[in-house]
Amino acid sequence: MKRAWMLAAIAAFALTGAVIPISAASAKTLKWGAAREIASLDPYSYGDTFTLSVLNHVYEGLVRYTGDLKIEPALAESWETVSPTVWRFKLRQGVKFHNGNPFTADDVVASLERVTNDASPLKGNLPAYKSSKKIDDYTVEIEVNGPYPLLLNDLTNIFIFNKAWLVANNSLLPTDSGKGVKGYATDNANGTGPFIVESRRVDAKTVYVKNPNWWDKPQHNIDTIEFLPIASASTRVAALLSGEIDFTNVAPLQDLPRLSASPEVKVLQTNELRTVIFALNLKDTLFESDVKDKNPLKDIRVREALYRAIDIDAVQKRAMRGLSRNTGALIAPAIPGYEPSQDVRLPFDLDGAKKLLAAAGYPNGFSFQMNCQSDGLVNEEEFCQAVASMWSRAGLRPNLSLGPRSQQTPKRVKGEFDVISFGWANEPMIDAYSILIQVMRSKSGSGGVFNWGNWGDPRIDALIDKAGVELDNGKRIPMMMEALKIAKAEHLFIPLHQQPMAWAMRSTVAATVQASDNKPRLWLTTMK
Amino acid sequence: MPAFLFKRLLNAAGVMLAVAFLAFLIFRFVGDPVELMLNEQASQAQRDELRIRLGLDKGFVLQFATFVGNALHGDFGISYRNQQEVFTLISERFPATFELVLVATFLSLAVGIPLGVYTAIKRDSWLAKVLQFVSVLGVSLPSFALGILFILLFSVTLQWLPAFGRGQVVQIGWWSTGFLTPSGRLALILPGITLSLFQITLVMRLVRAEMLETMRTDFIRFARARGLTLRAVHFRHALRNCLMPVITVTGLQIGNLIAFALVTETVFQWPGMGLLFVQAVTFVDIPVMAAYLIVVSFIFVSLNTLVDLLYAYVDPRLREDAISGAANAR
Repeated sequence: MKRAWMLAAIAAFALTGAVIPISAASAKTLKWGAAREIASLDPYSYGDTFTLSVLNHVYEGLVRYTGDLKIEPALAESWETVSPTVWRFKLRQGVKFHNGNPFTADDVVASLERVTNDASPLKGNLPAYKSSKKIDDYTVEIEVNGPYPLLLNDLTNIFIFNKAWLVANNSLLPTDSGKGVKGYATDNANGTGPFIVESRRVDAKTVYVKNPNWWDKPQHNIDTIEFLPIASASTRVAALLSGEIDFTNVAPLQDLPRLSASPEVKVLQTNELRTVIFALNLKDTLFESDVKDKNPLKDIRVREALYRAIDIDAVQKRAMRGLSRNTGALIAPAIPGYEPSQDVRLPFDLDGAKKLLAAAGYPNGFSFQMNCQSDGLVNEEEFCQAVASMWSRAGLRPNLSLGPRSQQTPKRVKGEFDVISFGWANEPMIDAYSILIQVMRSKSGSGGVFNWGNWGDPRIDALIDKAGVELDNGKRIPMMMEALKIAKAEHLFIPLHQQPMAWAMRSTVAATVQASDNKPRLWLTTMK
Repeated sequence: MPAFLFKRLLNAAGVMLAVAFLAFLIFRFVGDPVELMLNEQASQAQRDELRIRLGLDKGFVLQFATFVGNALHGDFGISYRNQQEVFTLISERFPATFELVLVATFLSLAVGIPLGVYTAIKRDSWLAKVLQFVSVLGVSLPSFALGILFILLFSVTLQWLPAFGRGQVVQIGWWSTGFLTPSGRLALILPGITLSLFQITLVMRLVRAEMLETMRTDFIRFARARGLTLRAVHFRHALRNCLMPVITVTGLQIGNLIAFALVTETVFQWPGMGLLFVQAVTFVDIPVMAAYLIVVSFIFVSLNTLVDLLYAYVDPRLREDAISGAANAR
């Protein structure tokens, strides 16, 4: 029997191997612990901002955002409008793809056709596109459906493929989950960007190495990026504390004090572009209420009462751990269309709220359904619960429905709610036009996709439609401000805050650029 | 025997179809993938178009029939999110889960059996009592809590073992293995122990109960009377008689382990099938969810059917034709 015990011990030891402490990361390898895996290596296969932001290290667009969210030339050197609907781009010369192929106008045309193909989930990112044509090897013209001021904003996220590579790998068309068409580009990449994909194991590790032939002057000193998705927040924090990762772009708020307390770890904290508001059901009747015949929320006094009943400082302190930025405006300061004067909130006034409710004919309040998500916005459960109890104190009877995003979204889309928590970042275009056309516009052919509660207003619609074809920013932006002003005066939405975002890095990382679009830009990151 | 075999297989197929149907029914309520697949800027027309492309506008019965028809060819469709073949996705993740389950099973036997024997033989010693108590803890402590505790202790504080991932893997054909590299073996330890702890206590308690039972039987008394050494009595005679149920339970538990690995895989970012499933749920990736459920149920059903067939082979009384044959003879 002794032999059996020995064997077990030997087997256990063999399984272990020698127990070696995990050594620190080698010189210039940045280990990036992300909260989730990217959808694919094909930037056109899934309409997801995070996937695009990671792939932006490999692929590039004609233009790009700087660290402070200004548009600057990338693969295009300059551009001009030939007519209100035709844009001409001069391309950068001497750029090479990772496989050595030169970058030319053919690549741009093929990429634009691929991304606007009917099967492309990213088609919506280039809504105004009509056609493109090659003028010469380094000149491309893009025609849009009508005068459209935001083409450059859209193009920041349209990454350019190499046509010859697409042709060689039978990938001129995008993948199509509906038709069962999969593609070479899902697992392989060939861009012009600062990093080259070296190897990829989905859900485990993707390795990017420095592109020595990058056209731009590198401001980073990273040789290798190891992209490591770690879904569990506590595991990610543990990995950072133990030095298994150098950087994470998703540091959980509740762990920030612990992370900051470690001498090896630095926390970078700011506020996102995403503004969190409560959106209201403004249809003729409420969805789930003891008021059956009409919709009290259509009364501006009731909406103001809801607004005044929220003690935003308490929400900020309790639910958001002091990290959110209270807002009176519906968009963040970095978004064109923002106006400081709109950022002033109505003061918290519980008695005033009760008086307003009584004046509107609801001295005893009314019940309504509140739809919030458990995995959507930052600390969404917490702030929804906090606001629900504040509204109860004002005499209302909110009925909080909490559930995962995948379950709540279909109900929201169908308008089966009375109040929803709602966040809008105005990405990828980074312009107030995004929230105006998609959220506030009355439902129409192209607008109001997210107008789930029928909160449109004809005055706002008119301004949106005018701003949508105005090419002069000097006139366009005031139109958008005007529309936002009306929405604010009517209390169509109840603003809460810009949600916090936190990155954390070990002392191995010297500096990085953290913009409020929450996209890591490792090509602007240096290591010690 | 062939008739019995046929009947058993038919049963298994029926169960599989029922599972597939239930899976499909459940996923109808999970949500709408279209809303999660397109970003903020997509128009309503594009949303409607995508819904039609994915076949979500079709009736439930038609969607289910298409799914079953394709699944019979091993075609589970294309993942909405990854845009890869679902079958490839799952078969790529299978080795990771399988190796983890293998380690957990090995640990549960290697640790559980000796502990069970010890607690049975020396059941009045203080150590046996402590082990009994700890085993209750092992059953009741949820594995995610245990995993995080392990990570805190062994990764953050002691820095001995990696907190996540599979380490370096070696590709042998389509199979990726972590057994062949030091970092791969290191990475197996924490998730392996986490996953096996419930099994260890199960095996230990089973062996203990069986041992106590056997020790009371006459043949052990006779063995003692024959003057055999205590060790021979305990291990050659008693333990050997206990192993059959242990092996059966272990075999049947493999299905459970694969299913339970879901939680452990999430905590340790173990790139197996469970992690794939959890991500699929977040993004309403219906083809992946449905395929995962079917693959796991297939493993369950196969194991159960195999055990049934083996039993019938070993014990002819369990065969129906034998029973009816006996009735005819009478």
